[in-house]
Amino acid sequence: MAAPLRIKRQLAFSPWLFAAPGLLVVGAFVLYPFVSTLVNSFTDRRTLVPGRFVGLANFRELLHDDMFWTGLRNSALYVLGVVPALVVLPLLLALLVQKHIPGITFFRSAFYTPVVASIVVVGLIWVWLLDERGLVNSLLETVGIGRVGFLSDQWLLLLSAMAVTVWKGLGYYMIIYLAALANVPRELHEAAAVDGAGPVRRFLSVTVPAVRSTMVLVAALSSVAAFKVFSEVYLMAGPGGGPAGEDTTLVMLVQRTGTGLTGRVGYASALSVVVFAVTVALMLLVLRADRGEER
Amino acid sequence: MSLLEKTRPDRQAARAREPRVTDRQGRRVRAGELIWRYLLLLAVLALTVGPFLWQLSTSLKGPTEDVYSSPPRFLPAHPTLHNYARVADTIPVWDYALNSLRVAAANVVTNCVGSALAGYALARLRYRGRRATTLAFVLAMLVPVEGIVIAQFTTMRELGLNNTLIGVVLPGAIGAMNVLLMRNAFRNLPYEIEEAAYVDGANVWQRFLRIALPSVKGTLAVVAIFAFMGAWDDFLWPLIVLSDPSKFTLTIGLNYLHGTFANDERLVAAGTVIAVAPLMALFACLQRYFFRGVGEGAVKG
Repeated sequence: MAAPLRIKRQLAFSPWLFAAPGLLVVGAFVLYPFVSTLVNSFTDRRTLVPGRFVGLANFRELLHDDMFWTGLRNSALYVLGVVPALVVLPLLLALLVQKHIPGITFFRSAFYTPVVASIVVVGLIWVWLLDERGLVNSLLETVGIGRVGFLSDQWLLLLSAMAVTVWKGLGYYMIIYLAALANVPRELHEAAAVDGAGPVRRFLSVTVPAVRSTMVLVAALSSVAAFKVFSEVYLMAGPGGGPAGEDTTLVMLVQRTGTGLTGRVGYASALSVVVFAVTVALMLLVLRADRGEER
Repeated sequence: MSLLEKTRPDRQAARAREPRVTDRQGRRVRAGELIWRYLLLLAVLALTVGPFLWQLSTSLKGPTEDVYSSPPRFLPAHPTLHNYARVADTIPVWDYALNSLRVAAANVVTNCVGSALAGYALARLRYRGRRATTLAFVLAMLVPVEGIVIAQFTTMRELGLNNTLIGVVLPGAIGAMNVLLMRNAFRNLPYEIEEAAYVDGANVWQRFLRIALPSVKGTLAVVAIFAFMGAWDDFLWPLIVLSDPSKFTLTIGLNYLHGTFANDERLVAAGTVIAVAPLMALFACLQRYFFRGVGEGAVKG
């Protein structure tokens, strides 16, 4: 905030002209909807019917809504399944592509392609790969394991969706880790090697402490993203959320409840408030765990 | 330096005969290490790029070829573009591509212009309320989009913009994150040049257009690329705001294609290839900015 502001004279309204378009868009389509989500969560508003104030009725209904608990469970499981993999695997991948050996730029770019592709494309590619008659099952049959119903079993479906999320995120977090690894002084590794530390020991004692803050950042980013998962599960399990809706995630429930001409905007807003609350809680939890470890 | 590289002075003689491959720091990499590194790299390559190639291969297989064979056949026996023609007969895929292109192009223009202007105001202009403006953008950046889509939808309905491409573009037209990225870019410029221009009588628009803006082209390119990719790949918001099939973007059209013709693997495969090819081409040309964006975004986020 300490920029030297020595230029003083200017037309009084021009700063506002500069900021106006951005403020207008952000105000009308992000901040206002945020506030109106909070307000709507206390009403029984529907898409075509203006709502009345109903107090905490929506939140009380949540507690007795089995679908809500299913959604909360699946989104929470998603965080538990995806985050450890996205904190560790991209770091290992970054170590693999860190050294400038011939052709490494090609490999780095190739590993990034899943990030560039649309989640819809990625979802449909994996729906076909994991199909009852798809490539993965063909290979499993060829090696004698037999076919697996990845997309028909409730838990295998959720697990497959998590695998797809990890697959798509690997390259993104790899690039973040690469930047962090570039700042690790190589003397540390050399000193550890001279002291007789093997590769695993050096990874745990030199690399991990050096990129710890990046790991926390990745944990924070990926946990928030994982909790809000929508597209992967929607595409792989279908709009209904798999067998008997058992794979529905919280954001899928928001989408299903609040849209369409009969959408229950009030109730969907209460669900959204839960999404906000958990998102903030996750961020605080990760940051707190970080500080706790430092002590 | 890699943690896996070992120093073995006792094998000096053996090393001398190995091919001399060095990394960028001029350090030799031993042949043994090179071999397992490349093996691992190829394995990961098969995992990350393989699925795309399998999809491409499926899309090129003709109607008489068995796509379910076990063991699988990786290359099409008689490659054909027949499936691409069939996609166009089944859904108006080129119209959807055009819709996606329009949305993405609009998103690029509004984000570049809007975030450059607002970023400049936050970084360089002095006015009452600047702190409040900055705070508004920081707060907006923290709001999770998934939590406000329903309210965004009711807002669009009230404006009569639901089911239009404008409605698809508007909520992300000027991303708060992009504004803050541009603000940081402007703040990192040396202030003296603008001061000199001011002394020479340049007004605020001239200083912005002629001096500041040309110096932040790199960040602007990052904003442009991520705006394009974000709009082209977006799924949840267009799914909610668009209901008329003639207005669909590619991602929504693909979802519809999958929902209606799920058993026609060749058809869906051809559709996904059409959707992913333009972005892959863009990525191949402009990799530098894609990677740079990850770094800048992560620092902010």
